[in-house]
Amino acid sequence: MEAFKTLNSGVAPLNRVNVDTDQIIPKQFLKRVERTGFGQFLFNDWRFDEKGNEKPDFVLNQDGYKDASILVSGRNFGCGSSREHAPWALQDFGIRVIIAPSFADIFHNNCFQNGVLPVVLPEDVVQKIIEHSENDPDYRITVDLEAQRVWDENEEIVADFNMEPFRRHCMLNGLDDIGLTLEDEDDITSYERERSEHGGVVPA
Amino acid sequence: MAPRTMFEKIWDTHVVKSEEGKPTVLYVDLHLVHEVTSPQAFDGLRMAGRSVRRTDLTVAVADHNTPTWDLSLPITDPIAQQQLDELSKNCDEFGVTLYDRFSPLQGIVHVIGPEQGYTQPGKTIVCGDSHTSTHGAFGAFAMGIGTSEVEHVLATQTLRQFKPKTMEVRVDGKLSPGVTAKDVVLGIIGKIGIGGATGHVIEYTGEAIRTLSMEGRMTVCNMSIEAGARAGMVAPDATTFEYMRGRENVPKGTDFDKAVAAWEELGTDEGAQYDQVVVLDAEELEPHVTWGTNPGMVAPITARIPIPQEYEDSGEQESVTRALDYMDLEPGMRIEDIEIDRVFIGSCTNSRIDDLRAAAKIAEGNKVDESVYAMVVPGSNAIKRQAEDEGLDKIFMQAGFDWREAGCSMCLGMNPDILKPGERCASTSNRNFEGRQGKGGRTHLVSPEMAAAAAIEGHFVDVRDWRG
Ligand code: SF4
Repeated sequence: MEAFKTLNSGVAPLNRVNVDTDQIIPKQFLKRVERTGFGQFLFNDWRFDEKGNEKPDFVLNQDGYKDASILVSGRNFGCGSSREHAPWALQDFGIRVIIAPSFADIFHNNCFQNGVLPVVLPEDVVQKIIEHSENDPDYRITVDLEAQRVWDENEEIVADFNMEPFRRHCMLNGLDDIGLTLEDEDDITSYERERSEHGGVVPA
Repeated sequence: MAPRTMFEKIWDTHVVKSEEGKPTVLYVDLHLVHEVTSPQAFDGLRMAGRSVRRTDLTVAVADHNTPTWDLSLPITDPIAQQQLDELSKNCDEFGVTLYDRFSPLQGIVHVIGPEQGYTQPGKTIVCGDSHTSTHGAFGAFAMGIGTSEVEHVLATQTLRQFKPKTMEVRVDGKLSPGVTAKDVVLGIIGKIGIGGATGHVIEYTGEAIRTLSMEGRMTVCNMSIEAGARAGMVAPDATTFEYMRGRENVPKGTDFDKAVAAWEELGTDEGAQYDQVVVLDAEELEPHVTWGTNPGMVAPITARIPIPQEYEDSGEQESVTRALDYMDLEPGMRIEDIEIDRVFIGSCTNSRIDDLRAAAKIAEGNKVDESVYAMVVPGSNAIKRQAEDEGLDKIFMQAGFDWREAGCSMCLGMNPDILKPGERCASTSNRNFEGRQGKGGRTHLVSPEMAAAAAIEGHFVDVRDWRG
């Protein structure tokens, strides 16, 4: 997994609440068996019309926004299905950071597995970032994971965010969960042994 | 020991390792796998030279992409076929039990788990699918995970998890006739909102929950995720044990009695505290219909479509306006006046035998309105056979419903069953997101009874005073 330390980038504002994973990546694109190549389908039904042409009013189709690596949106971002294709699509499209007042649980988890940083900021700060970026496509902010801080060019907005120290550590170092857990393999084996002494797990 | 909630008891017995500030390594008792969220996980194992740690605790099923038409017909979508082939190949290579499209026990993953007795009280159950919460109806801690986590569980039989908080949702009193488990859960989501339980595991309690059948409890737990919950659960009781007795994979004879004795200890201790408590009155609940583009946009059948200007919050106003625009509904119109084009009775929320019986009762002796195309898709082959033994298929077909093979079908339209743009559907499934059942399609979530009655009338009706 790619490590994340700090990022300075343009900002794409998606001023909606409850953006669900069915919108982030509609189901007709879930049939691939690879992890890559989902970016072209990101927000498909919002980005493209029936004929597959870009809808000019959608933010990620607009100059100044389409290359942004930071997406900022309303509360409960990523609700709905567990599809990891959602962070895959975001990442493949070039989004590394999502800023929102809150995230749905599974999506939040999935982001960390894929080097996409979900940053929770208070609702009013998020609204300000949305306003600034809507007014100015060249608006940029910096996200520093080490310092857990977000700020803009003229430091009009400076905000700190919290993150589980362990998750932060893994993001900063690009650590893969499976490798970490397998370091504890002895614990798993002894757990299994103990469990079977007490009746165990009923095999499936 | 201090009194504990059911969730805490299950959590505690599954801790493999816990360290301050780090996610707990939690043991997984049952891992369910399906074709859409697993190919990349198996691929990851292969690339890292890893194996599946406990094939005996892993079960795979093909359900999302499978057409629900006659099994002898070929699959016309080559990419769906590829995903199904990939699953077969992976299960073969890694030694995982698979219920494929042709298995007599095939069905939707969350239907066959309980049906085949894999789902049991006290277990930790995961699946790369958000509606894994269904299995919590048995007093299990069951939750949806992402594909990286699927790979993690395959490799280690554990999951790294930060401990969620707990929420009690108590539904006091008795449900009126015509008000179902679906209406209970829609009522709950309407009350707490689609993010209302984020970070929490819900335990459903109270008289109205206790008197639900296992099918009804599964419907409620199934939609926990629509309120943002990590999982939903109901303490096991006599209803649970009766449902389980004699099923494949459930302990038999004296082992069953021993298991029951242990399961009876699982319930939340007297005096245990939940982080949050929400209380509803069952007597106030009516049949519900969603009008918007998420399950929290829901109202009783007797209500009218909301008027955006009446919301105080401007964000709310905007999302209601957007939803009504997508749904093509007039603010202030009566929900009963909404006319529909399609009816879908199925999905892991409402495709079990109880659901089909309830819908058949409404359909019996009636005819689907000419303007409506209605389909019934049983949740599993076993349910399909049982329904056919009971003659439900005949009732549906005589009434003009299409009777299909088991699968996810039009719940998410990954197979050929989809809505056309602009079509409006009364659906017993769990999500009404934009395009969920087909691009441009409009979904109204309802109970099986409400869906069947809407099919016959061509618009929504209140089943409580509907006489066909
Ligand atoms: S029926 Fe629908 S919600 Fe249930 S597993 Fe299938 S696609 Fe998911």
